Amino acid sequence: MRSERRYTRRDVVKLSVAALLPGALLQGEAPAQGDTAVGQLLRPDLAGRPRGRVTDYQNDPFIVGIEGQLRCTCGCNLDVYTCRTTDFTCATSPAMHRELVGMLERGMTGEQILEAFVAQHGETVLMAPKKEGFNLAAYFVPGAAILTVGSALLWVLFRRSASAPELAAAGASERPTDLSAEEHAKLESELGRLE
Amino acid sequence: MTILGQLALWLALLLSAWATIVGFVGGAGQRPELIRSAQRATYALAGVLVVASLALVVALVKHDFNVAYVASYTSRNLPLIYTLSAFYGGQAGSLLFWAVVLSVFGALAQWLTGRRYERLMPYAGAVTASVVFFFVVVTLFAANPFERLPFTPADGNGLNPQLQNPGMVIHPPLLYLGYISITIPFAFAMAALFSKRLDTGWLHAIRKWTIISWLFLSIGITLGMWWAYVELGWGGYWAWDPVENASFLPWLTMTAFLHSVMIQEKRGMLKKWNMVLIALSFLLSIFGTFITRSGIISSVHSFSQSPIGIYFGFYLIFIIVATAAVIWSRLPMLEAESHLESMVSREATFLFNNLLLVGIAFSVLWGTMFPMISELIRGTQVTVGPPFFNQVNIPIGLALLALTGIGPLIAWRRASPGHLKRQFAAPVTAGVIVAVLLLALGMRNLYPIMALALATFVVGTIAQEFVRGVGARHRLHGESHALAFARLVGRNRRRYGGYVVHLGIVLYFVAFTGQAFKTDVEASLKPGQKAELRSPWGHTYTFTHLGVSQYEELNRFTTAASVEVARDGERVGVMKSEKRQHVNSLGQPTFEPSTEAGIRSDLREDIYIVYAGSVAGTEEAVYRFTLNPLVWWLWFGGVVLVAGGVVTLWPGTSTSADRRRAMAGYAATLEGSTSGAK
Repeated sequence: MRSERRYTRRDVVKLSVAALLPGALLQGEAPAQGDTAVGQLLRPDLAGRPRGRVTDYQNDPFIVGIEGQLRCTCGCNLDVYTCRTTDFTCATSPAMHRELVGMLERGMTGEQILEAFVAQHGETVLMAPKKEGFNLAAYFVPGAAILTVGSALLWVLFRRSASAPELAAAGASERPTDLSAEEHAKLESELGRLE
Repeated sequence: MTILGQLALWLALLLSAWATIVGFVGGAGQRPELIRSAQRATYALAGVLVVASLALVVALVKHDFNVAYVASYTSRNLPLIYTLSAFYGGQAGSLLFWAVVLSVFGALAQWLTGRRYERLMPYAGAVTASVVFFFVVVTLFAANPFERLPFTPADGNGLNPQLQNPGMVIHPPLLYLGYISITIPFAFAMAALFSKRLDTGWLHAIRKWTIISWLFLSIGITLGMWWAYVELGWGGYWAWDPVENASFLPWLTMTAFLHSVMIQEKRGMLKKWNMVLIALSFLLSIFGTFITRSGIISSVHSFSQSPIGIYFGFYLIFIIVATAAVIWSRLPMLEAESHLESMVSREATFLFNNLLLVGIAFSVLWGTMFPMISELIRGTQVTVGPPFFNQVNIPIGLALLALTGIGPLIAWRRASPGHLKRQFAAPVTAGVIVAVLLLALGMRNLYPIMALALATFVVGTIAQEFVRGVGARHRLHGESHALAFARLVGRNRRRYGGYVVHLGIVLYFVAFTGQAFKTDVEASLKPGQKAELRSPWGHTYTFTHLGVSQYEELNRFTTAASVEVARDGERVGVMKSEKRQHVNSLGQPTFEPSTEAGIRSDLREDIYIVYAGSVAGTEEAVYRFTLNPLVWWLWFGGVVLVAGGVVTLWPGTSTSADRRRAMAGYAATLEGSTSGAK
């Protein structure tokens, strides 16, 4: 890095002034950025992709909710909201956000927006499969498998319990974990031997 | 040195083939000279693979950029620790790492348990060597870390910035250790099948290996979460990414095994099931490696697509068929010695616990593979992301949490209504009180309420077990409570260590609950401007942007944005988030800029700040501020879980005590008396 660093005279002047004067005085040197100017970065090219100002849409819970259901198509596997607020090198998720905002401004509902994205990118743009047709298998197979095996297990256990009535009767008539005096004495004796 | 590495790899190929063939033949024919030869080959195999690994380490440290692997994953200005971690940071190196660690584990198993399990060891050694053989084949023919370039670049590409994190130095090797060590229990299980010695001997042989493997996997997964949280900048720690899922799958089946194996030990039941679980754990570890490296499933973690996927695909098919055939051929020998007698018994709860653990494993596998299934059947690819996994797995996870508490409260064989009432009264009351309290405080989210109430219930059961155990010792032996506690745990390490592990799991669930209350806001701030965010605990946080500074560090150019944080008007401190542009020794930028989140943790919530970039190259910074409740409990839960695991593993008097117990007929007497002892 050191070998490549080249400061212009303008940089040197800026750094010197920054060292001597309060930051507020430097604001005059920055390019106009709306109502208030701010200091310029030394190497903006190394500070990541330039960002625009945050708009209200970016924090709108409704938009964030829809973005959470849409997958960024850059290949990152993240939803649009997570991608645009995490992977700051991605240009796809901000574009998808702008597209979504545009649709909302045109009066489209959440459902319509999702449909529009599906029409444009295919079903893979949704973070979870739609609950219809073959996709239902995705949602119901695991639960159905657990319930089926669980029911079978219960049935087997019930049959086993019923087929051992003498044991069941014995079990019901006593308190199994309360050892008898004799058993307790034996347990104590064994514990004593262990120590 | 790379010539030495190549030579060592070729020797490893021959030795692993020899150890496999001679081990099987020697074991089958009970020929001592062949068994001895296979043993020596196992030790030599570990030796030559250590030499190969050292050759790669030397190439990395000496910056031998003529070696393609070194040029691809390191650069001259990469700190030494990351230069060393590049050993397993790339495809070829990680395969060599797998081979060397497995060969060392194989040698250790031989050395430590070879005499005690001399009838099993030839087969166990042969199975281990066969797995090493596969990894050496892949390393030699598909992903060779010693491959040279036709030219020598002045500098290397460097390591991916996201891997330049302390978490990434230890997370992958620990996860690998977990994955790799699963092979040893699998090898002993196969050895038991081959040798037809299907008593509990093989279970004793693998008990500690399985816990060690499970523990490594647990630590690896938790560290992976920590790395994702601190390094990736999205404010979460688990995204149900296919690769995360791949590490979770064997963890689930091993957890199921660690529970069901107790039933086999105590009642001689579930022999087939246990065999299937241990085989499944091994197969899932290979399957995880297959999907990580083949590129068949898109994942942020994936290594670049390479021809090794085909090797893993065929190997996976081979081991599935071979394992199923061996288990099938021995099914008649795996009949249970006794049967379940009651639906209300610890055995039954363990069965349901197994059902849920394997059910979660199935649902995770199903969700991970569903995009492929959908494409095969419908020709349409779908995305199966976190919303799906959360929807399907949260209810199952909560049921599992409930069973974590229920299991230890129910007696073996059969529990009576009176016993149940006595055991459940206090923990259930505690859980209900918490649920009512949360509702009274205005919480209306069903799952978090259930999770916290169940967590309280489980903690109640654990506390009750400790209190009763200590109380019993205090009464019977007149020991002080502290001494009684120490002896209680010391003499029942597996049982009470297990409870501590359960406590760790409860803490994980508590932390997961916090994710339901995560809040965040994006803001672009000029120096002096503020943003506010309200936490779920009712606090208002104020973030004041202080400014952006830029400076050079060892191998990067850093842009740091600083924020002063106040909670309810009271200053908390200054936090910093960075944008790092890594450069090579020639000052050329390598990779895209990476983000370092600013994190401040306390018991209630984490303040998580991400500097997204600057507006038009000025000090006006774009931030994402996140309040992440209860995250600290996840890391603490990890520590508790590891502590519990260490307690269960701690060597000591258990072996001699067990022996004396067996001599005294103690275990048999207790079994007959339907004690609730675990």
